[in-house]
Amino acid sequence: MKELLSGNEAVARGVYEAGVKLAAAYPGTPSTEILETLAARYRSVYSQWSPNEKVAFEVGIGASLGGARTLVAMKHVGVNVAADPLMTFAYTGVNGGFVLVSADDPEMHSSQNEQDNRYLARFAQIPFLEPADSQEAKEMVKLAYDISEEFDTPVMLRLTTRISHTKGIVELNDPITPEEKKFKKDPAKYVMVPANAKVRHKIVVERLEKLRDHSENTPLNYAELNGSKVGIITGGVAYQYAREVAPDFDYFKIGFGNPLPLQKITDFVNAHETVLVVEELEPYYEEQLKAVGLKVEGKKFFGKLGELSPYRVALGMKEAGVVAEISHPEIDAESLFPRPPVLCPGCPHRGVFMALRKLKVAVTGDIGCYTLGTLKPLNALDTCICMGASIGSAIGMEKVQGAEKGVVAVIGDSTFFHSGITGLLDAVYNQSNVTVMILDNRATAMTGGQEHPGTGRTLMGEKVSHVDIPTLVKAMGVKNVREVDAYNYKETLAVIEEEIAREGPSVILTSRPCVLMPKRIMDEPYVVDLELCNGCSACFRISCPAIAAATETNKYGHPKAVIDPTLCTGCTLCAQICPEECIILKSQFVKA
Amino acid sequence: MSENKFDILIVGVGGQGVLLASEIISAVALRAGFDVKKSEVHGMSQRGGVVTSHVKIADKVYSPTIAQGQADIIMAFEQAEGLRAINWMKKDGIAIISRTTLIPAIVTSSKELHYPEDPIAAAKAKAAKVISVDADDIARELGNPRVVNTILLGVASNYLPFSVADWTEAMKSKIKERFVEINLTAFERGRSIKLDTVKA
Ligand SMILES: Cc1ncc(C[n+]2csc(CCOP(=O)(O)OP(=O)(O)O)c2C)c(N)n1
Repeated sequence: MKELLSGNEAVARGVYEAGVKLAAAYPGTPSTEILETLAARYRSVYSQWSPNEKVAFEVGIGASLGGARTLVAMKHVGVNVAADPLMTFAYTGVNGGFVLVSADDPEMHSSQNEQDNRYLARFAQIPFLEPADSQEAKEMVKLAYDISEEFDTPVMLRLTTRISHTKGIVELNDPITPEEKKFKKDPAKYVMVPANAKVRHKIVVERLEKLRDHSENTPLNYAELNGSKVGIITGGVAYQYAREVAPDFDYFKIGFGNPLPLQKITDFVNAHETVLVVEELEPYYEEQLKAVGLKVEGKKFFGKLGELSPYRVALGMKEAGVVAEISHPEIDAESLFPRPPVLCPGCPHRGVFMALRKLKVAVTGDIGCYTLGTLKPLNALDTCICMGASIGSAIGMEKVQGAEKGVVAVIGDSTFFHSGITGLLDAVYNQSNVTVMILDNRATAMTGGQEHPGTGRTLMGEKVSHVDIPTLVKAMGVKNVREVDAYNYKETLAVIEEEIAREGPSVILTSRPCVLMPKRIMDEPYVVDLELCNGCSACFRISCPAIAAATETNKYGHPKAVIDPTLCTGCTLCAQICPEECIILKSQFVKA
Repeated sequence: MSENKFDILIVGVGGQGVLLASEIISAVALRAGFDVKKSEVHGMSQRGGVVTSHVKIADKVYSPTIAQGQADIIMAFEQAEGLRAINWMKKDGIAIISRTTLIPAIVTSSKELHYPEDPIAAAKAKAAKVISVDADDIARELGNPRVVNTILLGVASNYLPFSVADWTEAMKSKIKERFVEINLTAFERGRSIKLDTVKA
């Protein structure tokens, strides 16, 4: 049977077909749908959201040592969080097969950096496989389990956004039942104290040599010969771009990327006049090939920033002199206003940023929907580094008194559970005067509203008790814990002001849920009385998608405002800040 | 457009149903026996930002994304987004643009940024085959503002090699049962709109 599946859905299918017993992850674009698909469609696989990637990875280690085939999945930066267990699990090796999915995001469609995690696989000295479409993604998952068990190593499956989020045709197979295994005590293998780890490190080095042989022989690394003098070495989605632009060249496609099949590639290079390496992001292949003296070029022509595309590959090939003519766009681009993402109408984060903007404090930010508070016209979030960084950075800035009007850390609930708790412990322990705002909308909203320890539900839909954030932070020793209704602008403003002035760490929690999750919230909409509206544009500056410019203008030609009743959720924030008090409930509006 | 290759770029604003439209086109293509890939970016862009979906249909598809300047058809659910994407299209490609206007807060709150006077006219100045569709008006007339995407699919169906029966089956497989009827009507309305009918 054939089905149209995204790369992520295909990975989930492969996991099911490989007889995997446990899958653990923390959401992150572009990896999220792997676990969502497992929970929705393949319920024979126990799957769970963990609070962060490190814990997910460690849950995975336990499952593997317990004898089960295991999947852990995360976005590229998630692997940084899980790097600690990864580096040493590479030493112990597995019991049941273990696959780590790293979904990289070239172009940073939804990420804070575009690191190339092929280097992390090499750093950990583990193999990685890289598919070029959905069908390969599914098949490589199954092969990865075989490799993991045969060579006693965790294996990385490296995806990129265009693989994860492209749908293609996939042939489905039946699931297999892997051999039953249980945990066997083996301290020399699993207890990484120095004496044992020294022995294991040697095994890792020997394993890498065996994997090198495997890399030379696996059908995942293959040459596609068309009788051309030009050879292209490529892998992943870059293969598809090159293949489309130059169907007549010879290709060496790398599907098993660490260690590289250097002998096979040397033969390929020697058989061609010109050889180009077409790879996205870093010169991972190119540098290793140049290091063994092979005459290849790549980054010089294709660049290392952002995503490749058929057009970029064509331009690079032309520059390299291997193609004479390429098709250029015939129509000129139009330069237009930008359309960045915005907080939804009724988003409870909006009131917080209106207040923070007013107070002109330094705002150390974090990652989530609320990061959008940095954009014009809100302009009220000043830093964003990685998940959990808001609190630590606020402490440092406050210790050196680096912010004139004080510093406030802003962090979402899912991010607080992920890696904010330890930052807050630091604030308590080191007696920092920071104010930490936990924007508790009871969802992991940015990635699509996944459950987390505060929502009272698991990935597979079980009802569980939820972690109560006020109780938790009080138990950690925070004395000043306040709750505010972020739909109440004046109250929010006043509470933040009080807590900034107060000695010691403070926590301010917002209480309104996400307007989209779990159910869309719609209250009675508001309307603008155009007779009273004087076009001051104060409501435009709260950046609500429901508020638009009216055709009617004031005497200076500035537009008055209108509210789209199908988008307005009735959150009341615009009505609270309108100086003319001309924004009123629809039912109370009487036309003069 | 070459015999057996159709590169379709669908653009709009988060929440307009771009992804459902590309889902339906891909399902029709699969049903008609073509190879198909469709690529889009989820995440940040769905919070009211630009949403772009690439649908590639051919006997064998390699790249998941369309080469810049090579789209055969552009479908735009918002007119400024249609204009923004126009350089992705071949000179003789067909642009199907809904007269929908969505002005973001970043423009309304700014003195420097402007929404173009008439995006469709600007698109017509750049490309010969631009079909402007009053999809909002038609949708309102049909009694459901959410069928704009199927109206545009109906227009596009005139330029794609799939039977109405295949389109109908694909829509039935992707749309909730109680909305199928109205979407089929919307599709038919769209199908009556062609280059020559709007030129007149
Ligand atoms: C290490 C890491 N893992 C995952 C992500 C992806 N990610 C970005 S924001 C976010 C969740 C934010 O949820 P929350 O803090 O509750 O804020 P909300 O979006 O609900 O406002 C996730 C999972 C990431 N950027 N970094």
